[in-house]
Amino acid sequence: MAGVGNAHLRAPGDALLRVENLVVEYKARGGGAVQAVSGASIDVVAGETVAVVGESGCGKTTLAKGVMQLIQTASGSVMLDGADLTKLKGEDLRKVRPKIQMIFQDSISSLDPHLKVRALVEQPLKVWGRGNDEERLKKVDELLRSVNMDPEIVGDRKPTEFSGGQCQRISIARALSLEPKILICDEPVSSLDVSIQSQILNIIQDMKKRYGLSLLFISHDLSVVRAISDRIVVMYLGKICEVSTPDKLANSPAHHYTHALVSAVPVPDPKLGRRKAILQGEPPSPTNPPSGCRFRTRCPAATEKCTAEEPQLREVSPGQFVACHHPRG
Amino acid sequence: MSEMFSLVDLKVRFDTKRGALNAVRGATIHVAAGECLGVVGESGSGKTVMWRAAMGLLRGRRVTRQGSVTLDGTELLTMTEKEVRQLWGTKIAMVFQDPMTALNPVRRIGSQISEALVKRLGMSKDEAAARTLELLKLVRMPETEKLVRKFPHQLSGGMRQRVMIAMAIACNPKVLLADEPTTALDVTVQAQVLDLLSELREKLGMAMVIVTHDLGIVAGHSDRIAVMYAGEIVELAPTVELFSNTRMPYTEALLNSIPKLTDTSGSRMRAIPGSPPDPVATTTGCFFAPRCAYATDRCRSEHPELVDDGSGHAYRCFFPLGKGK
Repeated sequence: MAGVGNAHLRAPGDALLRVENLVVEYKARGGGAVQAVSGASIDVVAGETVAVVGESGCGKTTLAKGVMQLIQTASGSVMLDGADLTKLKGEDLRKVRPKIQMIFQDSISSLDPHLKVRALVEQPLKVWGRGNDEERLKKVDELLRSVNMDPEIVGDRKPTEFSGGQCQRISIARALSLEPKILICDEPVSSLDVSIQSQILNIIQDMKKRYGLSLLFISHDLSVVRAISDRIVVMYLGKICEVSTPDKLANSPAHHYTHALVSAVPVPDPKLGRRKAILQGEPPSPTNPPSGCRFRTRCPAATEKCTAEEPQLREVSPGQFVACHHPRG
Repeated sequence: MSEMFSLVDLKVRFDTKRGALNAVRGATIHVAAGECLGVVGESGSGKTVMWRAAMGLLRGRRVTRQGSVTLDGTELLTMTEKEVRQLWGTKIAMVFQDPMTALNPVRRIGSQISEALVKRLGMSKDEAAARTLELLKLVRMPETEKLVRKFPHQLSGGMRQRVMIAMAIACNPKVLLADEPTTALDVTVQAQVLDLLSELREKLGMAMVIVTHDLGIVAGHSDRIAVMYAGEIVELAPTVELFSNTRMPYTEALLNSIPKLTDTSGSRMRAIPGSPPDPVATTTGCFFAPRCAYATDRCRSEHPELVDDGSGHAYRCFFPLGKGK
């Protein structure tokens, strides 16, 4: 993986969010820096769901935080509605934030335990001085109803009284109160039970339609991502290795890493038999990434070229881009 | 089938501030020697409590255990902690979900594994050290000589889980309980660990119980599956049978709610409405009835028993799927 290059980006005018060559570094012990994201480019068109998948440590959450400017980015640009977020500071950056909101994996700890549900959902509106008390309350109740919660029942309760799934619904209502253009979802269903997972995914889908949202959806779960996204970006060790449509990702992955990921997904059907793990070992440390293609140390098709030269993202079929010297298929 | 580990009408109750919490409400299940049983359920279904209580890990003033648990012919529930401790490792062992908290953070990997060998099997320190290296090779760890000098925090999640497995199999247990063994791991590492567990089970002839919330994990790695809901076993069947002739509406709903790679994109998830019942509240009727698409008045007033249809497929439902009315 490896890849660099922006062949997969659409025309700048079409994209609502356009991230180019984003680099995020963390300080390492004893000086140096670790690049958690090393030159990733993604774009999101209005009304689209773009998913970023990868294993722990591949940089997907760091990418999301970099887009949100919750952490400092080392280089690259994040264009939202004509403004480069990486160049904005203080009040200017704050003013952009209502357009781009985020929900987190651990919904319970992301809500202030002292506030009642109505106050939680109302808070962003208050901070931004939207409407008067009466209008805000009306809006809050409408938001709660839209995530299938009855404001009369839940309005005066506190987050601790709710399950993870219910807290995630409150988080969604809160994030949408400012009517953002983009919602960034960082593993929103990973800590939930399967039966609750699908409820939340359905709500996110409904909200997307209802409010005309675009989604940047971060997840490690390929099955979840397959069901809800229009475009999937696969990351490995801080770089993008494949950009694909959900159908192509599941049926004809071009990158060897994507293929391994897809094969490792447990299938709830004993008739398909047990598939042997294709990938052995674990990703190398990002402090000292392999030269050339970053996946070459675990890749079944690696050659000398992969050591010497970093592959660029290129289109292998319509809508499918891969950063590999020897793609599958 | 020789029964290695049997739970008969096991009930586990916790005394809480809000009242009695019935975590397990009378579970009967037998694990045969060499068999792999998958136990599936959502958070709070009692799947973990059931096995921990059976193993004797859950005890104390606020825990009430009733019923019978036999391991290789020995009754466990009446044993003192000291007595049951003698069986841990040699007869029954457990692999936990979170290998970081299950391992001692301030002791080296090698000494943690060899401790059981010295204490349980009476090996000398040198023998134990040599056996530790063998065990680590058995769980496919690289550079074992260096590894035994390391501390848990120096290892990745997948490697820690391998160390846990090496510790669990150190004294050749007859039964290995794996409680969500791969939940904290990435999908590629998960596949490796599951393959390893299956391979070790065959090699060592252990019976294994895999407790998980993920039906996908047990589909490829178990002989039989028990599905739990609200502290009860609601369906128990050979793995292929459970998937091809699902009888319990809850199992069907659970299967439907899992997003699959084979789904067409953009399709709507088939969620199960509502949430599981409060374990403290008393409920009449079938516990799943409020969320069940097929529930009738009878389901809401009368509690169904777990019945075996004669083929080793048991379910807890008045109107099982595929059986007509």
